[in-house]
Amino acid sequence: MSDVIAVSIWRGRGEGRYVDYEVPRLDSQTVLDVVTYVQRHLDPTLSYRFACRVGVCGSCAMTVNGRPRWTCRTHVEKVVADGRVEIGPLANLPVVKDLATDMTRFFEKWQQAKGAFTPSKTRHDKVAHIMPASPARVEVDKAIECINCGVCYAACDSVRWNPDYLGPAALNRAWTLVNDERDAGNKARLAAVAAAGGCHSCHTHQSCEQHCPQAINPTASIAGLKQRTLGAYWSGALT
Amino acid sequence: MSGLNQRLHTAGHRRDLFWVAAIVHRVSGILLACFLPIHFLVLGLAIERTAALDGFLKWTELPAVKIAEAGLVFLLAVHLLGGIRVLLIENLTWRPSQKRLATAAIGTAGVVALLFFLRAL
Amino acid sequence: MTLRLYLLQRLTAALMVPLIVGHLATIIYATHHGVSAAEILGRTRGSLGWALFYGLFVLLAAMHASIGVRSVAADWTSLRGRPLTILMWGFGVLLLLLGARAIYAVVAS
Ligand code: SF4
Ligand code: SF4
Ligand code: FES
Repeated sequence: MSDVIAVSIWRGRGEGRYVDYEVPRLDSQTVLDVVTYVQRHLDPTLSYRFACRVGVCGSCAMTVNGRPRWTCRTHVEKVVADGRVEIGPLANLPVVKDLATDMTRFFEKWQQAKGAFTPSKTRHDKVAHIMPASPARVEVDKAIECINCGVCYAACDSVRWNPDYLGPAALNRAWTLVNDERDAGNKARLAAVAAAGGCHSCHTHQSCEQHCPQAINPTASIAGLKQRTLGAYWSGALT
Repeated sequence: MSGLNQRLHTAGHRRDLFWVAAIVHRVSGILLACFLPIHFLVLGLAIERTAALDGFLKWTELPAVKIAEAGLVFLLAVHLLGGIRVLLIENLTWRPSQKRLATAAIGTAGVVALLFFLRAL
Repeated sequence: MTLRLYLLQRLTAALMVPLIVGHLATIIYATHHGVSAAEILGRTRGSLGWALFYGLFVLLAAMHASIGVRSVAADWTSLRGRPLTILMWGFGVLLLLLGARAIYAVVAS
């Protein structure tokens, strides 16, 4: 094992190129550590984004050796191939500069999928009792730990081919609310996810579930939405 | 395509079993859609033109026609298996390991189908 | 894809599963037993059962394939909106006509 890693990092915007750097290899080094090293010691103009460094905030996702990953929780050792690591910005999003992408559309699609909670009660009502073992809550649990990192969105070829497609993360979020007994917005939500670019645009490539760092399975959530919207269509609640 | 005017930094997901299964399904569908009109046309034409059955028979003996028809049959089998896979994933709850197994099983069935049709040629 | 197209796509797919299996079984049977085209035509001619089986098959296939072609074109070409709809209907009607003609040739002529 050599003591340096050959690192290529994307520099520029949509038009740009990969620039080579050499970074000393350390124990338990993460990809984010590598990027940080480059910025601190080799080129202070390198732009990238991170905050928590512990896999909570979802801001550090990049493309590492051809796959989207959360870089703060990805050990270099795990992804290095022939001593090389290629680090680029997330795909399917416009590049602001270097490794920082513009995630506006990604979050707009959360809004579009009605990803915001719609309360059915006021502060004067009693707190709702949700049984942890109830089937709806079990469904929510499977999908709720999303950190909005955009990894699934970058991995999804349906997003790549159809820029209007809401994408796995927004639909996964919608699915958690569809199963939230306290939510009152499901009529509009089901209509939103059944519209053009909604859940029916998913081609079940399953790239999202393969790459989600939180081990969420958006494919399953989207399949749930497909079933639920069909049910609503049959019963006449959705036209 | 994406309209983002950016290069494809990501390609690793295209080596995943599931992605390959999905794309094989799509490509077999496209090829079937291309072949199907020809298949229908051939059936319609061959009988009309020759009027006599003999002509039709001779026609089906042509190697090119035989291969094309066998190819169509193979594509149909592959697309059927891929379609069953999609219907199952969309409508049943699976554990990941089961899904992988099912996809692998369906892939194997596809290969068996290929071998069968190569032999039948 | 929208809900209605999705539903039709999956519905026609599911309905075609037994038809395809039947179609493939017929082909496999015929190749294995060396049944000649003459014998096949001898059995299909004037058979209402065959006409119904393949009539349904052609109808479902035309719907399924045209929706599929629309999806692929939406992803892999720059077609959007109306042209996509025209493509879908055009291809579906073409398949339906050619299919009907093929069935007529095999069953009635
Ligand atoms: S399963 Fe659907 S959302 Fe997930 S990567 Fe595939 S097409 Fe995209
Ligand atoms: S579903 Fe997973 S990959 Fe997608 S944004 Fe949420 S945490 Fe990231
Ligand atoms: S920096 Fe917060 S998730 Fe990586």
